[in-house]
Amino acid sequence: MAYAKNLEEIRKLIASHKRWDLFFACIGVVALMIGVLTFVALFADMAIKGVPRLEWDFFTSFPSRRAGQAGILSAWVGSTLVMLTTAFFAVPLGVAAGLYLEEYAPKNWVTDIIEINITNLAGVPSIVYGLLALGLFVYQFGFGQSILSAGLTLALLILPVVIVATREAIRSIPQGIREGAYALGATQWQVCKDHIVPYSSAGILTGVIIGMARAIGETAPIITIGALTFIAFLPPSPIKAEPPFVSFEWLTSPFTVMPIQMFNWTSRPEAAFLVNAAAAGFVLVLMTLAMNALAIYIRYRLRKRIKW
Amino acid sequence: MVAVPAQVAAPAALKAEVKDLNFYYGDFQALKRLNMPVYEKQVTALIGPSGCGKSTFLRSFNRMHDLYPGNRYEGEIRLHPDNVNVLAPGVDPIEVRMRISMVFQKPNPFPKSIYENVAYGLRVRGESRRVSLNEKVEEALRNAALWDEVKDRMDEPAFNLSGGQQQRLCIARALATDPEMLLFDEPTSALDPIATASIEELIHDLKKKVTIVIVTHNMQQAARVSDYTAYMYLGELIEYGVTDEIFIKPKKKQTEDYITGRFG
Repeated sequence: MAYAKNLEEIRKLIASHKRWDLFFACIGVVALMIGVLTFVALFADMAIKGVPRLEWDFFTSFPSRRAGQAGILSAWVGSTLVMLTTAFFAVPLGVAAGLYLEEYAPKNWVTDIIEINITNLAGVPSIVYGLLALGLFVYQFGFGQSILSAGLTLALLILPVVIVATREAIRSIPQGIREGAYALGATQWQVCKDHIVPYSSAGILTGVIIGMARAIGETAPIITIGALTFIAFLPPSPIKAEPPFVSFEWLTSPFTVMPIQMFNWTSRPEAAFLVNAAAAGFVLVLMTLAMNALAIYIRYRLRKRIKW
Repeated sequence: MVAVPAQVAAPAALKAEVKDLNFYYGDFQALKRLNMPVYEKQVTALIGPSGCGKSTFLRSFNRMHDLYPGNRYEGEIRLHPDNVNVLAPGVDPIEVRMRISMVFQKPNPFPKSIYENVAYGLRVRGESRRVSLNEKVEEALRNAALWDEVKDRMDEPAFNLSGGQQQRLCIARALATDPEMLLFDEPTSALDPIATASIEELIHDLKKKVTIVIVTHNMQQAARVSDYTAYMYLGELIEYGVTDEIFIKPKKKQTEDYITGRFG
């Protein structure tokens, strides 16, 4: 093959190269649409079936044998509390571990092995975490089939995601910033606390949200540790009338979560319960979207202050 | 070996003494038996072609190499008046960096406000009283010839400043803690000619207050701003002396070739 010599040939060549651009653009759009349209179709189907069911009562009622009176009160309260517990444990642990690995740990083969293992942990099936938690939290530590056990289980589950996101965020900080701080006589901890953590917080938050979005939909590990499928009471209130006014009794309470409630309803033969399941699914997706929206907003606020 | 430098009219006091300094990146020896004085409140320039070890030498003064594994020093850099060897294993690099500040090649302000950038060194030292912070920040910004440009926008992000202003901000940040010595690592190589001129002018003013060591790849700059010049090549100190003598009648052919542009 001779290379293009005159203008005529160069133009032809460019045109043939550009056909590949067009070709890939088409493939890209198709690939994108497969994902997006599938989600839209599922979500629309759920919305059409479920939205008419979304009355105030649906949110304030406990489950019931009669589909028309059943609601998701215990499920959404349970999901919210479990998520709070998960975030409470996963964020500090994940950020501390990521920070240690990036800034403190010596770069040697031990660190390499730990790194590889953390990445692998992210791929461990969630049911395995459930079995681990059943043995460790529920029986060994005696936390029982409680919100605490569930929160800890999901925290373990999303810990690798938080660690990896923390490390990525920390790595994107230019080395010049660190050197600038060290050159002023800062210690490693001062550099981390004043610079590394604040500057990487937007990226860390992204990881936390990805993890939480996964955790809120998890069913298998929660069932494994023994969440109830039919529960007609709420955990004890965290605020008390008498001193000390706060109580953590709710942590030890039995509970259910949204996906379990949905699963429970979809396994019923009556069509009316399927409508309930669709409505609960719709609410669950909205909860996830709301969480993401909050994260995007906070991230936007953080990024406005920090740039390089 | 390096000749003893001719003293200028009023001999300056010794601020630091480099004695038989070797430095290794792993197995690679980057600095070879350097010996050199640094005089108080004078500007010492380090020149030489890329890769000659001038930045490596500069970063030895404040122990920046300690941040990375596999680096090793031999020999001494004695800091006066207390005659402490800053490279000694028993000396905390953090203490050294509190005494010797540094300005980097690329402006590296923190993504914080202008005020917080300058105040950071003081905060590291535990200063939190607003009044004394304000006072020191203003003083440092004045010394860095930046005060008039930023006094009304102290809370703005440092990144809103131009490249030259950012570099002067970094100088103010380094000055705020009253260091004994200030290291400049090619401070103007990322700046335009006008910003470069203002930094050079600033260095000229700053030497009244502080001892300065500057690495530059720009020989005119070395000639303009420095009192003493050291020419380095392949990790060795080829010639050291009063800047005028180095540039007008260097003792070594190698130095002359580099300065006249026949080499490098």
